[in-house]
Amino acid sequence: MSKKINVTVEGAVKVKDIPLGFTAQPGTTKNFKTGDWRSARPVLDREKCVYCGFCYIYCPDGVYQDMGAEEKYYKADLDYCKGCGVCAQECPKKCIQMVVEEV
Amino acid sequence: MKAADSAKPVGIEVSLAIAEAVKLAEAEVVAAYPITPQTHIVEHLSDLVANGELNAEYVPVESEQSAMSACMGSSAAGARTFTATSSQGLIYMAEMVFIAPMMRLPIVMAVANRAISAPLNIWNDHSDVMSIRDCGWIQIFAENGQEATDMSIISFRIAEDKNVMMPVILNLDGFTLSHFIEPILFPEQDKVRQYLPPYVTDHKLDVKKPMSMGLLGGPEYFTEAKKAANDALLASKPYVTKAFDEFAKIFGRQYKLVESYRTEDAETIIVSMGSISETAMVAVDEMRAAGEKVGLVRLRLWRPFPVEELRAAIGGAKYLAVVDRHFTPGFPEGPVATEIRALMYHEENRPRISNFLLGLGGRDVPRNHFQYIVERAKEIGSTGRQGHFEMVGVNE
Amino acid sequence: MIEIRFHGRGGQGAVTSAELMAQTAIGSGKYAQAFPSFGPERRGAPVTAFLRISDEPIRIREKVYNPDVVVVLDPSVMSVTKVDAGLKDGGLMIINSAHPVESIRQQHGFTQKIATIDALTIALEVLRVPITNTVMMGALSKACGVATPDQVREPLMNRFGPALAPKNQEAFERAYNSIKAEG
Repeated sequence: MSKKINVTVEGAVKVKDIPLGFTAQPGTTKNFKTGDWRSARPVLDREKCVYCGFCYIYCPDGVYQDMGAEEKYYKADLDYCKGCGVCAQECPKKCIQMVVEEV
Repeated sequence: MKAADSAKPVGIEVSLAIAEAVKLAEAEVVAAYPITPQTHIVEHLSDLVANGELNAEYVPVESEQSAMSACMGSSAAGARTFTATSSQGLIYMAEMVFIAPMMRLPIVMAVANRAISAPLNIWNDHSDVMSIRDCGWIQIFAENGQEATDMSIISFRIAEDKNVMMPVILNLDGFTLSHFIEPILFPEQDKVRQYLPPYVTDHKLDVKKPMSMGLLGGPEYFTEAKKAANDALLASKPYVTKAFDEFAKIFGRQYKLVESYRTEDAETIIVSMGSISETAMVAVDEMRAAGEKVGLVRLRLWRPFPVEELRAAIGGAKYLAVVDRHFTPGFPEGPVATEIRALMYHEENRPRISNFLLGLGGRDVPRNHFQYIVERAKEIGSTGRQGHFEMVGVNE
Repeated sequence: MIEIRFHGRGGQGAVTSAELMAQTAIGSGKYAQAFPSFGPERRGAPVTAFLRISDEPIRIREKVYNPDVVVVLDPSVMSVTKVDAGLKDGGLMIINSAHPVESIRQQHGFTQKIATIDALTIALEVLRVPITNTVMMGALSKACGVATPDQVREPLMNRFGPALAPKNQEAFERAYNSIKAEG
C-alpha cells in the first residue's frame, strides 16, 4: 500500500550524486541564467554616456562587460541582469533608463 | 610472526605521550586553545614545534570555535591536522564540530573528557563528548596510555583513508587517563611512516583546480547530503578494523572495535567505555575468583556504533550492567544504556539491562563499584524488570 | 604490587616524587603508575599523590585507598590530614621529621611502623631550598627496596637537567644512606 504513496520530492538530488564533502565546481553560476527574473531592463543612451564605468562597478551581479576603448561603453548581459536598477540609480549622467519588460 | 617494537617502555604522562605520537604521525598543523585537563597535550605540541622537533604550523587561536575553524581550513588545504580540547571548550567548538564531517575533512581531535558546568567542575566524566554525540565524527574511546598513544597515530590512518575521509575524535578520560604516568612503548618513526604515509588528497582547495566547499544545501539537497555523510560514517567501520589490523601487523598490538574480557559463560556482563574499564577488569578478576560468572565488554568504537560486534560480545548473557558516565536529564537513563537497550530490544533472548551512572564529575570509581553494579544488575534483572537506572553512590 | 601514597604541600614535590619513582621503576623494567589527586594546584595547600609499582602490568585506576607505604613530605600535613588512613596492617610510614619516632607516634596516634628522615635539613644543606622530594625518594627507595641510586640517576637528569640533577642525586643518596627505620 505504502508504495503507492509518493513521498519523493520533485527536483531532489540523488544521494549517489552528492560529491564527497558536498563541494561544487566553481563557475556554476554561469549555468544559472537569472535574466528572466527581470521586470525592467536597463537601456543605455550612448549619446550621454561618458564611459565612467560606474554601472560596471556598482552592478551587484557583474553583468556589465567593458566594450573597450573603441566602443567606449559598458553592455549589460541580459541573460543574467535581474533588473535591480542599481546601475540606473548610480549613473552620474543619468543615461540608463529602466524600461519595463513586455510580457 | 609478531613484529613487536623493540623499544623500551618510557614512563611518561599520557598527555605528553599523545603529543609525542602526534609528532610521530608528523601532523602538519595544530590549532588549539588550552583547557584543563587537555592542556598538557597541546602545550607539549607547541614545545615540540617551537623546538623544531615537529615541522608543523602551531596556531595559537583565541578560542575553541576558532581552533576548529582553523583546523577545517588547514585540512581543506590538504594538511594533516590535529587539535585537542575538553568540556566547555568542546561545546564552545560545537558549531564547527558538526560541519567538519559534512565537509569530509580528516581532522583528528583528542578530547580529554571532562564534565560540563554547572556546577563548575574540571574533573572527568563523559558529558562533554556525549553532548556532541550526534556530530557525525568517528569516535573512539581509549582505555589506557598505550592505547591513547597508538590511537593518536591510528586515528589519522582511519581519517585519511580514501574510503573514509572522516574526522576522528579520540576520547581519553581527563586526569584519570590524561594525567597518569604510565609505561608507554613508542612506535619507531620509520615504521610509523610505513603505516601512515604522508597525507595526499585531491579533496582540497587548490588554486589550480578550484572548488567550492561549505555550500548551501536547500530542502532538495539537505536530506540527501545528510544521508551521504551518514552512509560514509557507517561504511567506515571495516576500515577502522583494517587500520587496527594493519597496526597490529607492524607494531604487534591488536585492537578491536569491541573488547571482551572473561565473557565466556558469563551470566552478567558489565558494558563500559574508557579507562575505568581497566579497574572493571580487576573487579571482574576478583568476582571470578569468588565464583561469580561475570565478564566485561568494552566499546572502543562508539561511532559508528559496532552493532554486530556488540551483539556478538554480549552473546547469551542474562544480565547487563551498562555503565554511563553521563546522563540525559529528563530521560530515565544514560545514553549508552539507551542505545544498547534499543539494539537488544528485537533480540529473541535479550538480556535484562540495568544502567548505572558512575564517576560523575571526577568521583573516583573504585573496583567495589563494579561489584556493586553486578550485584544490582542480577538482583533487579532476576525480578524480570527492565529499565533500571541508578546514580551509584548518590548521597540522598 | 606495592601501593604508595604521598602527602605534602603544593610546591614541595609530592607529585614529582611519585612521578619520578614511577619513571625510575619503569626505566628499570618494572610496571608503575603515578598520579596526583587532581585539582586546582595551589602552593602550600595539602597535596596527595599516588604510586603503584608492580612486576605485572597494572590495570587498577582507583585511588590508593589501602597503601602499603605512606610518605609524608611535610610533617605539618599530619595535623590537618589523616595520613595513615587505610594504611595496610604491617604497613610503613616514612615521615620527614627530626623528632624521635616515639614522640610522633604519641602526638598523632600512629600504630604502624614508622621510619623518619630529617629531610628538611638535608634539603637545605644540599639543595639550599626546602623542597624535600628527592630526599624523600631516597628514603622511600631504601626503606622499601624500590629503587637504587643508580636507577634514579637518569630520571633525575631528565627532570632536573645537568645543572640541578647532581645536587638532587646527592640529596637522594644522603637520605638513602641515612634513613632510620624502627626495628
